[in-house]
Amino acid sequence: MKRIRGILAALLLAVALIALFPKVITQAPYDRQFREAAGCPPSLRFPLGTDDLGRDRLSRLLYGTRLSLLLASASALASTLLASLVGAAAGYIGGWCDRMVMRAIDLTLSLPWLFVLITARALLPLNVSPLLSVAITFALLALVGWASPARVVRAAVREMRDSDVLVQAKAAGCRGPRLIALHILPQLKPVMAAQFCTAVPIFILSEANLSLLGVGVAEPLPSWGNLLRDIQNQPSLTGGVLAPLILLVVVIGCFQVVFSVEDLHS
Amino acid sequence: MRGTSSKNSSVPRRIFRACAGFVLTIFAGGCLTATMVRLSPGFSADEELLDARLNQESQAALRATHNAERSIAAFYFRSLTNILRGDFGYSRSMQRPVRELLAARLPVTIRLIGIGLAGAWLLGVSMAAFVVLRRGPISRGLAGAIMGLLLSVPSGVLALIIYYQGGPVQCLIALVLFPKIFQYVRNVLAHAGRLPHVLAARARGLGIGRVFLRHVVPASLPQVLALAGVSVSMAISAAIPVEVICDLPGIGQLAWKAALSRDLPLLVNLTFFIVVVTQLGNLLSDCAGAVFTRRGL
Repeated sequence: MKRIRGILAALLLAVALIALFPKVITQAPYDRQFREAAGCPPSLRFPLGTDDLGRDRLSRLLYGTRLSLLLASASALASTLLASLVGAAAGYIGGWCDRMVMRAIDLTLSLPWLFVLITARALLPLNVSPLLSVAITFALLALVGWASPARVVRAAVREMRDSDVLVQAKAAGCRGPRLIALHILPQLKPVMAAQFCTAVPIFILSEANLSLLGVGVAEPLPSWGNLLRDIQNQPSLTGGVLAPLILLVVVIGCFQVVFSVEDLHS
Repeated sequence: MRGTSSKNSSVPRRIFRACAGFVLTIFAGGCLTATMVRLSPGFSADEELLDARLNQESQAALRATHNAERSIAAFYFRSLTNILRGDFGYSRSMQRPVRELLAARLPVTIRLIGIGLAGAWLLGVSMAAFVVLRRGPISRGLAGAIMGLLLSVPSGVLALIIYYQGGPVQCLIALVLFPKIFQYVRNVLAHAGRLPHVLAARARGLGIGRVFLRHVVPASLPQVLALAGVSVSMAISAAIPVEVICDLPGIGQLAWKAALSRDLPLLVNLTFFIVVVTQLGNLLSDCAGAVFTRRGL
């Protein structure tokens, strides 16, 4: 199992590196339209073919992978940090603050995730520039995804509240935000890392669903969700159309095995 | 998951607390939604004001209507009292009362979610029980591979593939939910199988089936019931892309259309409705969990 994990981790790293440096593999910009070759099947010039507008599918896939991975990772990082602050404050302060945070967590977790994202997205202007749509998707995922990690962080903080380290720190006069920042948050690093690794695949899938429904990343910027919309327009599922789906399944599958939830929590 | 805490409190007390939490959460959820909608950009803008045929008096009357909604508290109070009276407002984008829209679309979603939940629970629980009882590396590996694959595909893509290949779209929610239910139930059952009294029962020579039914299932029931409440919310979430892509006129598709046309009054009512449904699911599972825990099942 350890060996398989190593192989899959290497595969994940390779995908991330290729996505970060797409120009190593393809020179075509993701939005360049080869009008003479629209809807072209896979060839030497276009290994995955072109879409209806004549854009190179391979180039769009690589840039889309970069965007989806960066967006999901950044959102996961932001939501984990937010969850750590909220969870640490609730766990440390306790009392009414803890009860209010727990009620907010219950409410957020009990609501349908995709419905909340779509509703929150609808409250903001829909007709925005592609870059702004990326920023909005990032902010939405980060703000809506805090609840589950916050609950875990709160439980961890409540466990460590009466630990010797914190008792000594309090006796030395360290209290409030300083205690949380200097003594509690550093001890939460493993929990935060586990929550981050759990959140990344969830956010990748959420971005894909949002963009598939037309409320995520806006065209012409490519993302996995945008690229998967092509399945809707293509009656025959060829390699070029299915490539984003295959890559998405491989990446999420690698995440699931490499960062197995049971192992992360243990 | 909720449901296992405060084992020592009495059943009526736990049920009362769950009901109080239900009411509070609904009010808090409604208030939060109303606040977000009220503060959203373009809330007070009305296309009607651009109508050149309106004279100054009509425009002033329209502005006065919006001024009444300027205060968040007043806006929320008005929305809430209207909903309690059964008046869900009027959808600007659909040009129909929201109540009519909900009544027309609710049966589609209930049917879809009902089939999905039944299928997902049946498949998930039976497969989890099979994997826990068999304990073989092949069954575990095979189940892991199937679940991993299904969990890696976005529900919208699953809907696209099945819809375009002419598959049974009614089973889509079951396919989306079943791996999540399987994973959770398998973990709960496996954990219950390692409890001291279960190991003692096995050591005394009780059959594996009998131990499972008499000791493992009752020990894991409260946690599984807690998931039952959450699974309603997961099903509604999965229903949105399924209904949109498969063109099923349900609540999920209505929410998507309302979002795309920024029909904020419709979104407020839909959110309130969905908060009530999901919290009701949680309340029922909490109450059932309290009863079963008390009975010592």
